[in-house]
Amino acid sequence: MSKGRFGIHGGQYISETLINELLNLEKEYNYFKNDKKFNNELNKLLNEYAGRPSLLYYGKRITEDLGGAKIYLKREDLNHTGAHKINNVLGQCLLAKKMGKTRVIAETGAGQHGVATATAAALLNMECEIFMGEEDTKRQSLNVFRMELLGAKVHTVKTGTKVLKDAVNDAFREWISRVEDTHYVIGSTMGPHPFPTIVRDFQSVIGHEIKEQILKLEGKLPNTIIACVGGGSNAMGSFYNFIEDSEVELIGVEAAGKGLDTDYHAATIAKGEIGIFHGMKSYFCQGNYGQISPVYSISAGLDYPGIGPEHSYLHDIKRAKYVSATDDEAVKAFEYLSHMEGIIPAIESSHALAHGMKIAGDMDKEDIIVITLSGRGDKDVAAIARYKGIELYE
Amino acid sequence: MSNECDKMNNIKIKDAFTNGKAFIGFLTGGDPTIEKTIEYVLAMEEGGCDLIEIGIPFSDPVAEGPVIQKANQRALKNNTNTDDIFKAIEKIREKSNIPLVLLTYINPVFYYGYDKFFKKCKQLNINGIISPDLPYDEKDEILETANKYDVDIISLIAPTSSERIKMIAKDASGFIYVVSSMGVTGMRSEIKTDLKSIIKDIKEVTNIPTAVGFGINTPKQAEKISKIADGVIVGSAIVNIIGEHGENAAEPIKDYVKKMKNAISP
Repeated sequence: MSKGRFGIHGGQYISETLINELLNLEKEYNYFKNDKKFNNELNKLLNEYAGRPSLLYYGKRITEDLGGAKIYLKREDLNHTGAHKINNVLGQCLLAKKMGKTRVIAETGAGQHGVATATAAALLNMECEIFMGEEDTKRQSLNVFRMELLGAKVHTVKTGTKVLKDAVNDAFREWISRVEDTHYVIGSTMGPHPFPTIVRDFQSVIGHEIKEQILKLEGKLPNTIIACVGGGSNAMGSFYNFIEDSEVELIGVEAAGKGLDTDYHAATIAKGEIGIFHGMKSYFCQGNYGQISPVYSISAGLDYPGIGPEHSYLHDIKRAKYVSATDDEAVKAFEYLSHMEGIIPAIESSHALAHGMKIAGDMDKEDIIVITLSGRGDKDVAAIARYKGIELYE
Repeated sequence: MSNECDKMNNIKIKDAFTNGKAFIGFLTGGDPTIEKTIEYVLAMEEGGCDLIEIGIPFSDPVAEGPVIQKANQRALKNNTNTDDIFKAIEKIREKSNIPLVLLTYINPVFYYGYDKFFKKCKQLNINGIISPDLPYDEKDEILETANKYDVDIISLIAPTSSERIKMIAKDASGFIYVVSSMGVTGMRSEIKTDLKSIIKDIKEVTNIPTAVGFGINTPKQAEKISKIADGVIVGSAIVNIIGEHGENAAEPIKDYVKKMKNAISP
């Protein structure tokens, strides 16, 4: 079996044209991850530019209202650019720069990863091109303009179904055409090896901090950690440092869209099957002789037909549990946190929150739940209004 | 067993390289319809193709340029599936002994089941498989099963393969697909890669024939490539004819293939 495996998942299922580039990326990454100077530089960026460490906030009002476990929120929404995406992007862009690359490309769904990449590229003085499905550019026109403000070129993807997976396809097509000066900043713990490992490592700062912070605040580890899962980077980052702590329950929440019994969901673990796509073996929403299925979620960030290979492995060995929340449940959680704590969460993170709301009441008052708030919800305000039948003009 | 049947069971990829330089044509199965695929494969053979690659349509053909992407979409719009392609090949095999290779992303094969898929290939005398997202390092995925049913896995070598060339070539079977250019499939006005040096590296370790693909569309390009490789692969240019002529593409395909085969025949 080839390198980069998580159980049977992972691997390097990609064009021969890219293999040497991936081997080189692996070699360079293995060097720089242990390089003191690189780590100092990255930490400086994370602390002084992105605003780390992010807070671990005790949600007193929601805890009391739900009447069970103490709920802590890991505030990735407070990072610069408003989501966890910046952790990975600063790491990868800095690595790309050390490798001598002058240009970065990235895919984006809602625009969060695109904005983060455009931000890091501006800071590190690199050329940047973002691939975004035509459907998503219409839904998130503000983010398109934001990326352009940051100096990035936004490439509207008109192939296939014109959403996130097609943006990934076109970003790979671009990379196959131009690897010499270009690094593809994959936005989640997915794709061919070594991406799932690199992205997980750069995101694992979330779990590191959770552990340190909760021990300081409570003197013990949490009972449960909950995070939303699309490709799975904020969840992998939250879980990774707790995998060995078998008493800590790890829960990933997928998007159930309009319901698991409909065709309108993005619940890969619940409804998908093992397959090989976008460079990796993992679970995918597929059917009809192995065609990749269109998926749906109110949240553009969870609207992906696959899941990172390490999550598939954690599912197979039952170390993590994967559940789902519907659009309705996520919107309710979105409003609940806004009312109760004065925090507007991203609609993606609202899926994790929705599951926390389901289970907190049945847990003991001494129990602790940590929910990762992967991003802030400002970007979703217009969509939530539309969902409620209100037309907003930005 | 009749003579015809004997012959059928002995079709080999290497036969494609016995009639001078090989001309290899590609089309996407089910584009525009599965019936037309049968007709067009036979037209390609009549025009002078020595080997034909039939693509299994996929929702996300990451290695393809716009022309073949559209062909995949047309085929899927008709709900073409893997079994339809096998049925079409069964019909083709009633009339033709031309070496056939399936071009498919690995997921449809994985989903179908490796044993079931390659068993079917053997039954229908499908001689090889090309999978753009199954590089050398992941070949073990299907190697044992493909060997069991005598289906050659066609290895791809890219402009970036450098020190990997010999490793890949040494283990290759059928023919070696040399990718002419960086990027995705599609017609190009110019091919800049140093193909001569790649093919020289290959020939140092194996006698398996080489065929160059990606970007070739004019007789002049084909002639130039045929001087350094054992075969020339053309996909997008043929698919483009199908895109333009739809259900009436048989004659234009035949004419085009004739022109290209002539260009590489001394």
